[in-house]
Amino acid sequence: MAEERICELYPEHEIRCPVHICIGQEAVASGVCANLTKDDYLMSNHRSHGHYLAKGGSIKAMFAELYGKASGCSGGKGGSMHLVDLSANILGTTPIVAGSIPVAVGTAFGSSIKKENRISVVFFGDAATEEGVFCESLNFAALKKLPIIFVCENNLYSVYSPLSVRQPKGRDNLALVRAYGIRGAMGDGNDVTEVYKLAKEAAAYVRKGRGPYYLQFNTYRWKEHCGPNYDNDLGYRTENEFLAWRKRCPVNRFEKELIRGKVIDAQKMGALKQEIREEIEDAVSFAKSSSFPRPEDLKSYIYA
Amino acid sequence: MPKMKRKITFAQAILEATGQCMEKDKSVYVMGLGVTDPKGVFGTTLGLKDKYGAERVLDMPVAENGMTGIAIGSALVGMRPIMTHQRLDFMLLSLDQIINNAAKWHYMFGGKMKVPLVIRLLIGRGWGQGPQHSQNLCSIFAGIPGLKVLMPTTPFDAKGLLISAVEDDNPVIFIEHRWLHSVTGVVPEEVYRVPIGKAKVISEGKDITVVSASFMTLEATRAAELLSKDGINSEVIDLRTIRPMDERTILDSIEKTGRLVVIDGAWRSFGIAAEVISLVSEKAHKYLKCAPCRITFPDIPIPTSHALTGDFYPRAIDIINTVRMMFGLPGQSEKEVGICHESPLDVPDKAFAGPF
Repeated sequence: MAEERICELYPEHEIRCPVHICIGQEAVASGVCANLTKDDYLMSNHRSHGHYLAKGGSIKAMFAELYGKASGCSGGKGGSMHLVDLSANILGTTPIVAGSIPVAVGTAFGSSIKKENRISVVFFGDAATEEGVFCESLNFAALKKLPIIFVCENNLYSVYSPLSVRQPKGRDNLALVRAYGIRGAMGDGNDVTEVYKLAKEAAAYVRKGRGPYYLQFNTYRWKEHCGPNYDNDLGYRTENEFLAWRKRCPVNRFEKELIRGKVIDAQKMGALKQEIREEIEDAVSFAKSSSFPRPEDLKSYIYA
Repeated sequence: MPKMKRKITFAQAILEATGQCMEKDKSVYVMGLGVTDPKGVFGTTLGLKDKYGAERVLDMPVAENGMTGIAIGSALVGMRPIMTHQRLDFMLLSLDQIINNAAKWHYMFGGKMKVPLVIRLLIGRGWGQGPQHSQNLCSIFAGIPGLKVLMPTTPFDAKGLLISAVEDDNPVIFIEHRWLHSVTGVVPEEVYRVPIGKAKVISEGKDITVVSASFMTLEATRAAELLSKDGINSEVIDLRTIRPMDERTILDSIEKTGRLVVIDGAWRSFGIAAEVISLVSEKAHKYLKCAPCRITFPDIPIPTSHALTGDFYPRAIDIINTVRMMFGLPGQSEKEVGICHESPLDVPDKAFAGPF
């Protein structure tokens, strides 16, 4: 819903930074983060709004950051691609493909040296697994049995480039991580219950100090790589492919499951959505009414 | 009274500074290829593992970019890593992590986090190290906001600057010239700091300002001594910190001398020498009596054969003749100015017999 609101607001041209919308991929963020505690560290990539919110990042500070305001989580220095909330132990999101993976391993290394009882989680896309630094990170995490969960969201495309031009057919990432001695699992990234179960197992394993864990979820981004629109007209993927994935919308699917299982009734669901909508509107008003950074803030925080 | 007269080598000064930082602060750890091996990065990490344990002194996988990211991540959560690379050339793979992450994490997250990370880079020359084992790419780092770049010359500064670097809350690139490692100097035993961002006037003079750093400062000092015989008094400034550069010390000197020559042990174009000359041209132009000069490596990859490196590396005689030219004096040969080389030009001293 927050992402939908961003898409609605984007044409106003007040959000003046690239936004990578995660509609269609919500289940991975929610299912994984539901297994984390506040103390656990999270790092992520450019498509991180979902991860940030699911881990408990401040929605007000996120919207303000999108609007380039001083009250934004990064004071307007970062934008959508650089989210942070230390109160939720979200240590940063960055858009360089695979760039935050070793940093997240480093946070786990730090926890391990300090003998702290917390785990780190890092989210990345399918293309990140093509980067050398991904393997470097797996190698060290395995070598030192670090408390980290690697979460790969395979949404089939890197910008417009499909897996077929980037990875050999049948490339098996579970076999790859196994070669490092890392346990892994793969699941349906559009089924939040499945994501939750797999992540629960992973978190329990990592918390026991047994070493890193790799999770890969197949999913699909509905919107264009970057921006609020649909781009199926470009022809790099078919409308039919998109429609097939849309039928498997992770949010609708879970809603139906909850109602069918009588966990919640339609009325309560409506009320919950209304509550969320209000929270989003509060965040939007906060962002819009906040002040921009002052000109002198340009030079702040170059050095600590 | 501290034993002010104790002399140790540059390499021993690095080792001592590292040990003292580790002693003082449990969050300091050392990571790099070979830090625990029998040679201990040319002696600069010898014995640290025995004293501080394998957890705080660790050899690492050969994965420069990944390991730099890991060092950054650990720094974000409170550690203070010192990474070492035995050759700068190998760490180029880690430019992504250094430039995209280390240099910017503090700024791009609105000052919420910091990256107290020291990266020790060894540069060198000689004994046929060639195109991929002797590059000084200091200006790449010096061009990045968010990084600090240090290049000490003396053992005293090596220790004091390394301690300052480890205590600094920013990523610091600490560049050591291999030919300085065996140079000795007076180094106090206690913990002390040399401030980052302060150059040092090595010798005062009124006729010309000679700006240099790292190993080339030794050549500059030698040249200055010989030039004084002709009555040219050079003010030799050792930069010590490349970024942030100590503009004040340089500009004050130019105001006095009106002449500038910059010695840079790196390539000519887009380098430190160009930066110093720009600074002086912009801010002290009215004091200049003649055009500034730079003495650098030629813009050529570094060759291997010692038959070629002799002409590649500038030395004291090149500085002397450049300065003489600036005073309208004719050039001289090494013999004429009294320079004789006790050892071949591709080694730092007679005791040096390769392979590094």
